[in-house]
Amino acid sequence: MSEFFHMGGYAFYVWMSYGIALVVLLGNLLSPILLKKRLLRELARREQRSRRP
Amino acid sequence: MLKFFHRMASPKYFYQFAGKLIPWLGVACLGFMLAGLYDGLLVAPTDYQQGDSYRIMFVHVPAAWMSLFIYMVMATAGAIGLIWHIKLAEVMAISSAHVGASFTFLALVTGSIWGKPMWGAWWVWDARLTSELILLFLYLGVIALYNAVEDKRTAARATSILALVGVVNIPIIHYSVEWWNTLHQGPTVTKFDAPSIDLRMLIPLLLMAVAFKLFYAVVVLMRARCEILQRERNSGWVKELVRASS
Amino acid sequence: MTTANLSQAFMILLRRDLTLAYRRRSEMINPLLFFVLVTALFPLGIGADPTLLREVGPGIIWVAALLAALLSLDMIFRSDFDDGSLEQLLLSPHPLSILMIAKVFAHWLITGLPLLVVAPLLGVLLDLPGAAIRTLLVTLALGTPVLSLIGTIGVALTVGLRKGGMILSLLVLPLYIPVLIFAANAVATSGAGLPVEAHLSLLTALLVLAVSLSPAATAAALRISLS
Repeated sequence: MSEFFHMGGYAFYVWMSYGIALVVLLGNLLSPILLKKRLLRELARREQRSRRP
Repeated sequence: MLKFFHRMASPKYFYQFAGKLIPWLGVACLGFMLAGLYDGLLVAPTDYQQGDSYRIMFVHVPAAWMSLFIYMVMATAGAIGLIWHIKLAEVMAISSAHVGASFTFLALVTGSIWGKPMWGAWWVWDARLTSELILLFLYLGVIALYNAVEDKRTAARATSILALVGVVNIPIIHYSVEWWNTLHQGPTVTKFDAPSIDLRMLIPLLLMAVAFKLFYAVVVLMRARCEILQRERNSGWVKELVRASS
Repeated sequence: MTTANLSQAFMILLRRDLTLAYRRRSEMINPLLFFVLVTALFPLGIGADPTLLREVGPGIIWVAALLAALLSLDMIFRSDFDDGSLEQLLLSPHPLSILMIAKVFAHWLITGLPLLVVAPLLGVLLDLPGAAIRTLLVTLALGTPVLSLIGTIGVALTVGLRKGGMILSLLVLPLYIPVLIFAANAVATSGAGLPVEAHLSLLTALLVLAVSLSPAATAAALRISLS
């Protein structure tokens, strides 16, 4: 198991790469989710404002 | 089949269909990713030349493949949108830009990290890395142009032209950079020759490649849905959606 | 009033742009001065060792040429856009891509050709051998039209934008890279006494590709920008 983490001495490089990959992938997933939330909120607000006489 | 494509052109239908498709693609993506990671990190043997550092390849190479693949998709979708005025094609084109740029960035960073134990420097002007860097600039140009134009329909069409110009240039840039690299006696590029790679290393690579493709599909559909909401914000079905969600 | 045919329209547009540029000929000097100044900055920055300068000279001069070309691009459509004549151009019955060739040709005569005149001086400043200077002129003659052609696509895409200038650089410079690679290397190689037919053929191929494809792309981009 420790051999797995050790990666033959290259642990720093291998895990940094996979870590960055994880961050990039998660970022790409989160971005449209947050965007959609923001969009719906913004549209709801506009709808409310237009309804007010 | 034709009816399917015809219905797809309707933003509302696409929005709903994509929404249903995304979870399935997500599950498939996760499956392939876990399989690829398990195989690549645990099962695949240690390379006798590079030790375990070669395992970076399992993210670097699929990311590089995706960076190019997505650009092609972006340019093709852009061309379809331009020639046949299909809104959905425009949406798909611009939804691909950010993901494509991310994969290019990832390919660059992992390539650079992989290079450190191999060549001793954090950055080398290796032909592939240099080409990836230029590709990143091409992506950033598309994104910058899209953000700069106010009317998003015009923006989509302008970036489609840019993507097409880029697509014509990519082989030229790639060739010229490779040529330049051989002249300046750069460090030996890690040649990824598919036929000569060990099968036990090839399989996790392909698993990760499929995983990344599925991931792209998920993200592009998610972004496309956002883009459609934005474009169709004055239509009845969007207003209904907004009311239901608030 | 009779409508001009295509070749007449081409010549009219060409002559118009050249005349307008001539009236503002003091402005024409700017890209040229920039070219010389940027090149002259390098010895100041990296030291005046003649061996070093001779080695990096071709690259420096060509990067300076790229930047000078970039700087000069804005003028292609700027005044036409500002006074509305660009939109008039779009309404012309003649194929817009051909008219674009006229505009780019005029632009090259105004901004690209002068670089060739000044280039030998820069070669001397950086102690380039004679063969290299001759190749420099050939590469500039082949390369600067490509820069104008490709750059014009970028200008067409950004002409209507507020901060178009910054984006223009980002769009256009990556596309300039092949020209830079082949041209700078040709100059360096000929300086070493080796043949450069391959390089020049490649540059010519780029030129042919640019001439055939970029006018149409420029025309399409203009129509989109001004829609």
